[in-house]
Amino acid sequence: MKKVWIITIKELHSFFDSLSAYIMLVAFLGFSGFFTWLYGSDVFLRNQADLQVFFAIAYWTLFFFIPSLTMKMLAEEKKSGTLELLLTKAVTDWQVVTGKFLACLLLVGIALALSLPYYITVWSLGPVDHYAVWTGYLGLILVSATYISIGLFASSITSNQIVAFLTALFIGMFFHIIFDVLAGSSTGALSEVFSYLSLSTHFESVIRGVIDTRNILYFLTLILGGLVFSEINLSKRNIIG
Amino acid sequence: MDIIVESLTKKYGLQRAVDNISFDIQKGEIIGFLGPNGAGKTTTMKILTCFMAPTEGDVRVGGFSIREHPEKIKQMIGYLPEHNALYQDMTVMDSLRFVAQIQGVDKKILDRRIHEMIVRTGLNPEKHKKIGELSKGYKQRVGLAQAMIHDPQILILDEPTSGLDPNQIVEIRNLIREIGEEKTVVLSTHILPEVEATCSRILIINKGKIVADGTAASLRTQAQGQEILKVRLEDVDDRNLVFMSLRQLESVAMVDFLSASEMVFEIHSKAGMSSRRGIFEMCVRNQWVITELSGIETRLEDIFRDLTMN
Repeated sequence: MKKVWIITIKELHSFFDSLSAYIMLVAFLGFSGFFTWLYGSDVFLRNQADLQVFFAIAYWTLFFFIPSLTMKMLAEEKKSGTLELLLTKAVTDWQVVTGKFLACLLLVGIALALSLPYYITVWSLGPVDHYAVWTGYLGLILVSATYISIGLFASSITSNQIVAFLTALFIGMFFHIIFDVLAGSSTGALSEVFSYLSLSTHFESVIRGVIDTRNILYFLTLILGGLVFSEINLSKRNIIG
Repeated sequence: MDIIVESLTKKYGLQRAVDNISFDIQKGEIIGFLGPNGAGKTTTMKILTCFMAPTEGDVRVGGFSIREHPEKIKQMIGYLPEHNALYQDMTVMDSLRFVAQIQGVDKKILDRRIHEMIVRTGLNPEKHKKIGELSKGYKQRVGLAQAMIHDPQILILDEPTSGLDPNQIVEIRNLIREIGEEKTVVLSTHILPEVEATCSRILIINKGKIVADGTAASLRTQAQGQEILKVRLEDVDDRNLVFMSLRQLESVAMVDFLSASEMVFEIHSKAGMSSRRGIFEMCVRNQWVITELSGIETRLEDIFRDLTMN
């Protein structure tokens, strides 16, 4: 676990050293803030002291931002050869993958923590359903973890960052919206299946405060699946070189 | 720490990059791993460092197998990869700290180790710079420093002096020799004088197989099998007389003129015999003056070419 943490800290440093962290934070807060407070069906228009608008916007912004964070994680290391440097040290492939996963998750966590002033502001405007706010944040964290895991997997299959970015978006797109659309346009058991596969079903259920094992199982499966496949891709060098 | 390589094979598709090689390396040896490009040097090193698993065979480092305890082995090995890839946007200090932590260097001695490495590799003036801003020679030093930071028993260096200027090459060689006194060093190169200058033993690999194994001197004797001498004489009138006299010596197998005008001869002795004393005594008898009597060594380049070009 200590090794994982060392990698996590190093990756977090590199986010902040390369400015990508700042850009991500500013863009995320800017976007979500703009739509929460100023534009469209914002808080004032709805005249309701809640963060539903923020959660809906963040759900979309994270979908685009996360692949841009994860795309370099393994692809860049492969391309520059630093993967060899890293993996010939006393760490396992699994520690490298989880270390990188945690670093991304922490950065998203920081972004979400910085949005807490929105919560405080809304609170000052009227009575807030605190439980709904916290489950909303929980939902965002679970969704983020899922996309990070998918992004890591995408980054593990290529040494080209753009390919990694597009692959992550492509895979993410299915869970983000396509399964949802398919669920709507089909009937019966098929619709049920698509609905279960759709991330938005589970996200909405979590932010409504309805968290059951089906949701948790769904998120955990996707997160673990992404990590396991990333690890498998890394260790493929043992077979084909 | 011993390294035992047992019938190691690595296939890339149908191609055998490393083909059933076996060798032992004892503690304290500096092994020069030689071979033409694509011979399998780097692949072997990648397997030794547990970056890749072999297709067949096994490597034991200090009793541990790379298949069962890669983590233990990785901790005992310091590795400088071929292209010395480093995290370009980390500073020298940060990257050394990261590697030290990940290699499990004790927190209490961490700062001291980093400082020692920086001094030893002469990185002090550059230690706060980002690695991407360093010159190639300094990057190579960072590569060496990160390989040695956890005080490993074994150092594996893939072309450690490539791209360095002559002064830096000498420095790095001295450093390697210094380290070799207490540790096992395996270095690959295709610069032959480098091997002679630093290594206590040479392994030549070609097309995935080991074609020679021994010290520089033993490879030479093996290659030529007999003594070859060069003799230069003065105060002699008749070249042919000298030629005939030399041929009559018991130990001499063959005599050849090396020059059309000067009295210079190449003398091949019979296997296992030396002609130096016989030549000297003959010249004394005839009152010929010897101005040169030296052994001709087969150059390592020739041995290398013989072994690696069919």
